[in-house]
Amino acid sequence: MIQNLIDGVLTGSYISLGAIGLTLVMHILRFANFSHAELLSLGAYVALVCDALVAALVPVFAVKLAPLSLTWALVLAILMSMVITGLSALLIDRLVFKRVREKGLELSMIFASFGMALIIRNVIGLFFGLSPQLYSRDIAFAMVLSRDPLLLVKPDQIFVLVAALLLMLMLHLLLSRTTFGYSLRAVAENPSLAQVNGVNLHRTIMAVWLIGGALAAVAGVFYGLSHQLIPVMGRDLLLPIFAATIVGGIGSVYGAVLGGFIVGIAGNMALVVLPSGYTPSVPFLLIIVVLMIRPHGLFGEARA
Amino acid sequence: MIGVMSYLVFFATTASILAIAVLGLNLQWGNTGLFNGGVVAFFGAGAYGTLILGGTSQEGHLGGFGVIYPLALLGGMAAAGLMAWIVGLLTLRLRHDYLAIATFGVAVAFENLMRNAEWLAGGAKGVRGFERPLRAALGDGFLYNILFFLVVLAILIATYLFLERLVASPFGRLLRAIREDEEAAQSLGKSPAKVRLTAFVTGSVILGLAGGLYGTFYAFVSPQDVLPTLTFQIWAMLIVGGAGNNRGAIFGAFLIWGAWTASGWALSRFAPIEAQLYTGSVQFVLIGSVIVGMLMWRPEGLLPERLVVSQRGSTPSNKQGE
Repeated sequence: MIQNLIDGVLTGSYISLGAIGLTLVMHILRFANFSHAELLSLGAYVALVCDALVAALVPVFAVKLAPLSLTWALVLAILMSMVITGLSALLIDRLVFKRVREKGLELSMIFASFGMALIIRNVIGLFFGLSPQLYSRDIAFAMVLSRDPLLLVKPDQIFVLVAALLLMLMLHLLLSRTTFGYSLRAVAENPSLAQVNGVNLHRTIMAVWLIGGALAAVAGVFYGLSHQLIPVMGRDLLLPIFAATIVGGIGSVYGAVLGGFIVGIAGNMALVVLPSGYTPSVPFLLIIVVLMIRPHGLFGEARA
Repeated sequence: MIGVMSYLVFFATTASILAIAVLGLNLQWGNTGLFNGGVVAFFGAGAYGTLILGGTSQEGHLGGFGVIYPLALLGGMAAAGLMAWIVGLLTLRLRHDYLAIATFGVAVAFENLMRNAEWLAGGAKGVRGFERPLRAALGDGFLYNILFFLVVLAILIATYLFLERLVASPFGRLLRAIREDEEAAQSLGKSPAKVRLTAFVTGSVILGLAGGLYGTFYAFVSPQDVLPTLTFQIWAMLIVGGAGNNRGAIFGAFLIWGAWTASGWALSRFAPIEAQLYTGSVQFVLIGSVIVGMLMWRPEGLLPERLVVSQRGSTPSNKQGE
């Protein structure tokens, strides 16, 4: 039970990171982006490539940071992947979403995002093969927190949680303490009014994609560290991430963080009462419950 | 020759069943602007409902009600409609993202439930023990298949005529009015949430009908039949054919199903053995590209919606597009 709670919090840390980017995009561009979870896969695989590159070029970095299975090479790879995935998100917007948007087909954006999700997911599969991959082949031993009840935590998981919380703190400061944060909120509230007041709409949208992509990359790597990398990971993560945004309220960054942890914890706690095969349905149940008792989520507000 | 014929009948039956599904989706998306991200769940509810109600008794899972076929099919449609009603009731008052996400969630949960709940529908093994109606009289051969095709075709035509009349009726005008400007419709005393719910449930019942026929055709349904793939295929059919145009929906169904079958055949025929594992991925990239490509270059589809002025003045005018 407590073990499930701990696992849930750790799962929640990467779901939150994924949900933050998604909720921002949904808030600013007003469409449910079904391809967001593919940015997680993309980020994870880009980091895999960068990790191999860095380790080959600078062998010193391939040493593990005990007790983590993490290497300096992977840390660098994560940073590189954040940049590359952020730029990819921007590129996808430029190539596809922007064009569909400018044709005035706001409702069709959902279709475009589903199409993009199919393309990205399967191109990754064609590129990297369909079998699972790992960042490190070594077995990561879990630390025993307590023997009775038996509580196990892997050092990597602690790193993931701490790093995720740090990133969220940085984002919080960015949103609440900078002009950029204000302009972002202004655009979300009322795009035309924000533009009248000198907020550059295009630049704000670009920033949202960059932030969303970068956070998605981290989330993807963290998922890969906790589980494994498979091309269909985006498909499996999509519903939990969406559930996190709905639980938190679409558009609320803090809601997404909290929602991510709730979804993660609920998924792991459900194992206590449900057979593990049903885990993929838990986010859906959560969505239904939230829609019944608080349709706009914990921090959301009604908006047409 | 008979081989080619029987293949063509098989192809046309599947394509017609899918065309019925595309018509159902067209009512939701094309005419009302409701995004259904879980087409396959409503299709699957129809298939599972029909087979469980109409099947013979099986050990280990629900079923064996032995309901006569037409009622079983109606039961399947009702199951799809009920599911749509619940989801619609929860989401249709909210901004459109919610319906998209909730329907997507329904599809995930439906497949997950069917795969795991052995007591309900046989789990991964699927629903067995269904006899195709009139099999005793007609046998399993070519004759049966051609008659089945004719029945499916008749249902397709009936669905088409029903939807054409619906769309041309005041209710159809109301759907378009809400799709174009919800507030304006509301100011005229209409209730968008209620009308949307009606359209969503009706469309899902049609999806359930298609699913029921699909289940009947194969006399079997398993979680493999309710994978998200089918959702993508049905969307591609609608977008390529032309959302808002029922003829386009049917045309798109035949075209995309033909392209899908042909590409699958070509890949399995000409791709090297070691690449066979990836034919699925290639097909998905193709279908994703078709969806995205259509939206970017011809968003109105091959047969665009014909916007007509409902009450013609002195000069009859047919407005094409916007």
